[in-house]
Amino acid sequence: MYQYDKFDHQLTAERVAQYSDQVRRRLSGELKEDDFRVLRLQNGIYMQVHGYMMRIAIPYGLASSAQVHQLAHIARTYDRGYGHLSTRQNIQFNWLKLEDTPKILADLAEVEMHANQTSGSCIRSITSDELAGVARDELIDPRPFAEILRQWSTFHPEFAFLPRKFKVSVSGASEDRAAIEINDVGVQVVKNAQGELGFRILVGGGLGRTPVIGQELIAFLPWQHLLTYMESIVRVYNEFGRRDNLYKARIKILVQAIGIGEFRRQVETEWQLHKDGPSTLTEAEVARVSAAFTAPAYETLPQVDASFEAAQREDKAFANWVQRNVTAHKVDGYAAAWLSLKHPGRAPGDISADQLDVVAALADHYSFGELRVSHLQNLVLADVKQSDLHALWQEAKAAGLATPNIGLLTDIVCCPGADFCTLANARSISLSRAITERFEDYDYLHDIGDIDLNISGCVNACGHHHVAHIGILGVDKSGEEWYQVTIGGNKGTPAAIGKIIGRSFSFAQIPAVIARLLHVYVSERDEGERFIDTLRRIGHEPFKTFVYAEQIVEEEKLLLPDYEALRAAVPYELPYFSPRF
Amino acid sequence: MKIIKDKKVVNDAWQVLRLHEGDAADSIVVPQGEYIVPLPVWNCQWETLRERKELGLWLGGLERAEDIPDDVNRFPVIAIDIHKYTDGRAYTLAYRLRKQYGYRCELRAMGDVLHDQLFYLKRMGFDSFAMRADQDLQRGVSGFDTFSVKYQASVDVATPLFNRIERGVA
Ligand code: HEM
Ligand code: SF4
Repeated sequence: MYQYDKFDHQLTAERVAQYSDQVRRRLSGELKEDDFRVLRLQNGIYMQVHGYMMRIAIPYGLASSAQVHQLAHIARTYDRGYGHLSTRQNIQFNWLKLEDTPKILADLAEVEMHANQTSGSCIRSITSDELAGVARDELIDPRPFAEILRQWSTFHPEFAFLPRKFKVSVSGASEDRAAIEINDVGVQVVKNAQGELGFRILVGGGLGRTPVIGQELIAFLPWQHLLTYMESIVRVYNEFGRRDNLYKARIKILVQAIGIGEFRRQVETEWQLHKDGPSTLTEAEVARVSAAFTAPAYETLPQVDASFEAAQREDKAFANWVQRNVTAHKVDGYAAAWLSLKHPGRAPGDISADQLDVVAALADHYSFGELRVSHLQNLVLADVKQSDLHALWQEAKAAGLATPNIGLLTDIVCCPGADFCTLANARSISLSRAITERFEDYDYLHDIGDIDLNISGCVNACGHHHVAHIGILGVDKSGEEWYQVTIGGNKGTPAAIGKIIGRSFSFAQIPAVIARLLHVYVSERDEGERFIDTLRRIGHEPFKTFVYAEQIVEEEKLLLPDYEALRAAVPYELPYFSPRF
Repeated sequence: MKIIKDKKVVNDAWQVLRLHEGDAADSIVVPQGEYIVPLPVWNCQWETLRERKELGLWLGGLERAEDIPDDVNRFPVIAIDIHKYTDGRAYTLAYRLRKQYGYRCELRAMGDVLHDQLFYLKRMGFDSFAMRADQDLQRGVSGFDTFSVKYQASVDVATPLFNRIERGVA
């Protein structure tokens, strides 16, 4: 992976010094909150329900074992022993003290990490495909370009105070695993008819209160122009994006308002002024950065390992895990293994300090010391020998990281919701837990198969509920928590926005609503059809009709959860109830 | 009034003319002396004002690059009024003035100008700073050197780091 040179180290150290001084001035009262807020946000520090929250960047989702050990150290030393992985390949800590945050930044700098631009109205941390470099459907590894974009956007002087956040994602594969269609800018590596390398650029995607799928801005941009073209996009946005209304400030609103044609014209006009200028990418720079992402020292192995096959025959539980949590690798004899962070009883995406240490050790043992964070809030060991999978599985299982549910109903993508987030209308984590408990039966889950269930606690849509097959959104009705259900969204290629099925439900009704949706699927499906396929074939109506046909009785145990039992189930102190609900 | 100019705290004689309630751009009288006038006043009165050597121009956040007069270098100072430091339009406006319109004289940031933004402002070609009243100017001077590494090209450095120096294999 990319290693810092002296410039990267120097800049990171200077950032720590800058932020430490800002916190010192804040604590002494010299800086008022109004002037400090933006400064802390640009270092990923929020003020949340339980204290200060810090969002640490895991650029394009790639981390070394040393970095993961350091995250474990941070969780133990400054937090309550766990972190939360987000849908943008970041990790969040929820229980921090402001005075500790400069020390955390310094600890991060030791392992070439930072929290730069993980929040605030600036170009955010760049995300990418969790299978970059190993996916079979990949054209080229997009990470060098993600790193080049990371450096270009870091402390860009012109773009530190944009109208709103600006999210960029890069994909190099034919199947989109980087959500490029719902980022402000999506970059897809492509080749033209002459076989030359370039990018297809999408603009104006995003969820939130106005969900929009990104539109194609340019079908083929030769790779040399990546930075100058990006600069033109952001410049036009900085000048013309709305600043009068926070909810209309994302680039998607600008693109909608003037139309993609006019937006393209403005970007092109702007681009002509500095195209081919000194920021044009050079082969030398791409080669320099690409050298950091070369393939590890793979062994020459048979396509299929016999011991791996035998282990699956002999051990049903292992076979189940392999079926859900292991993916093909472009190199024979290797596989990518998913470590599920959707364990019953835990908040989706949460990981404890001990587990962080375990996965770091697993990465060292089995996957060349590297680990990836997926945008669906799980971890991936991307370079595991098939012959090692059984041993890996056993160790992961002992650490509670081998739930065989990747892509299943309980692989819920979920934002922090009211348990942690001040913006929430409703609880998300608690609801995910209620759903997971209701659908515990593995055979049933397996029979239902691939399905995306996402939960957001408010319209900001951090849980990407719009692009889930079943999306759940927390809404506020006179101060009470309610949930709106959408169906038919899709995150992959092509992305689609789900439709609301009707009036909203209470917390305790939601598991039954999901059960009804699944019931329609099971009775209507054709052989081999997934939930989303059936839904597309028969339409929304049968689902709607059945869900609302009879009154839904609230499940009593959900109305009054057994908090003691809930607390006992988790190894750390997690509020499974919000201070507000 | 004290400002920061060329990284030093100095006294400054320029006065800023603002249009208040009831003032009209075409009728307001620009007093004698060193005045920085708002763009609407220049647009309405340029035929008489162009006789005056000591005249500066100021732009607010809402002005577009295409509203800027062509002969920018006739103004010894152009100020950009930052009404709120989180409004980043001033940065792109500065870029256009320096890179597109070739403005070479003094470019001033005024209004909600804070210590922690000086590094970025400087990179965009601002060279004088009329800071918000509560800011410590002496301290402000140190704000220019926050970072010694600049990855990307901007107004201050024409080439990005990768084209400026040999970085070696990462
Ligand atoms: C708890 C602290 C958090 C706060 C205060 C917060 C706040 C917000 C806000 C206000 C937006 C909407 C921005 C807009 O539409 O302009 C947003 C969007 C988003 N957040 Fe969060 N968020 C938090 C945590 C998370 C977490 C944990 C995740 C990942 C699970 C996440 C992922 C996202 C994503 C992907 C979007 C973009 C949605 C879109 O495309 O519009 N956020 N967040
Ligand atoms: S969706 Fe709403 S509730 Fe959930 S994390 Fe984002 S802002 Fe908070």
